[in-house]
Amino acid sequence: MTMLVRIWGCRGSLPVATNTSKLRVRLIAALQAARWKTLGSKEEIIRFMDAELDFSVTHSFGGNTACVEIESGGSDYVACDLGSGAREFGNRALAAANPGKSDTFHFFVSHLHWDHIMGFPFFAPAYVAGNRIRIYGCHPNLAEGFVRQQRAPHFPVQLSQMAADIQFVQLEAGVSAEIAGFSVTPKLQQHSGDSYGYRFEQSGKSIVYSTDSEHKLEQTEHTRAFVEFFRDADLVLFDAMYSLTDTISVKEDWGHSSNIVGVELCQMAGAKHLCLFHHEPIYEDEQLETLWRDSQRLEEITRSGQPLRISSAFDGMEILV
Amino acid sequence: MDHSNAAALQAALEPHLPDCKPGGYRIVLDLSRLSYISSAGLRILMITSRQIKSQQGVIAVAAMQPVVREIFDISKFTLVLKCFDTVGEALAQTAP
Repeated sequence: MTMLVRIWGCRGSLPVATNTSKLRVRLIAALQAARWKTLGSKEEIIRFMDAELDFSVTHSFGGNTACVEIESGGSDYVACDLGSGAREFGNRALAAANPGKSDTFHFFVSHLHWDHIMGFPFFAPAYVAGNRIRIYGCHPNLAEGFVRQQRAPHFPVQLSQMAADIQFVQLEAGVSAEIAGFSVTPKLQQHSGDSYGYRFEQSGKSIVYSTDSEHKLEQTEHTRAFVEFFRDADLVLFDAMYSLTDTISVKEDWGHSSNIVGVELCQMAGAKHLCLFHHEPIYEDEQLETLWRDSQRLEEITRSGQPLRISSAFDGMEILV
Repeated sequence: MDHSNAAALQAALEPHLPDCKPGGYRIVLDLSRLSYISSAGLRILMITSRQIKSQQGVIAVAAMQPVVREIFDISKFTLVLKCFDTVGEALAQTAP
């Protein structure tokens, strides 16, 4: 069975937006590259864009915070985190809803930091009576985190006023649960106030969502445990927010990781695809593209087993697993 | 050099650090036989470099194999440590 992972938000800490001056820089780059070309049709333009322009000219890595949908052919929706990307996810789900039929949503929450829950007040299906929303997490104060962000004076609509049937479900790290056709295993991660990664398994395929997680690979037991968590995964969504030099100096113990550690852990685990995730909000698209290309090169020169595919998440990205 | 032996590098370097200061030693690491270094190894070099710099000492690396040199480039460790093509060049360039 094929699964589809859809990135609704991949930015770390804070949503970011582009602006006119940045857009003009891209347009200038594209138009300069197009000089003396004959681009008569839309298809020719698309071919030119894909073949000759930098990724960061034709794409934006996006601005929404974490929200990742996993589509597996079941009738229920499954997603990780409720960052600002959840707004567009919700709008899409509403547009696809069948009249008179309710929907069920399962959300797996890494932790309760702002950027991972801020989209829920704007998740439109939560305002539709009949819809069922189940929010899973390992933090004992899971419900309180969501209730509090909608209390006055932070937001005009309290969570209890949302019309959908919303329930919070406690999970336990290391204990697998069968939910919406998946076997889901949470794992405790190193982050301020703790965070949890999730491994989803179904029909022999596995997807690991592991964001807001710092790694200290010199700690043997820590490394072994994460290698097992990532073991043979078809896809690992990995917190690559900072550079390696930052994570082992000024930003040590800030609770995030780097692209380089992501490559190392996935190589040790025999994972098939590493997707760099939770992008640093101060990074421009050009920097994120460089980070991605560098990661691919690192994998290439240090490969000892099967190739590890490396991508960099962007809003709207779809990954077949 | 990876997470399994990075601690050994740290242990090997530690006795030499107190004297790596003005009027004392310079440390030049000959990496010619190093075929790979992971983040755990780079971390030890970062910690060592910070300590040495805090006491105004000098540390440099030399004679990196191409793969190691590229790992240094990708990880931006060329900005953390002085890098030289040969040990001789490192000794000459870091001489007081």
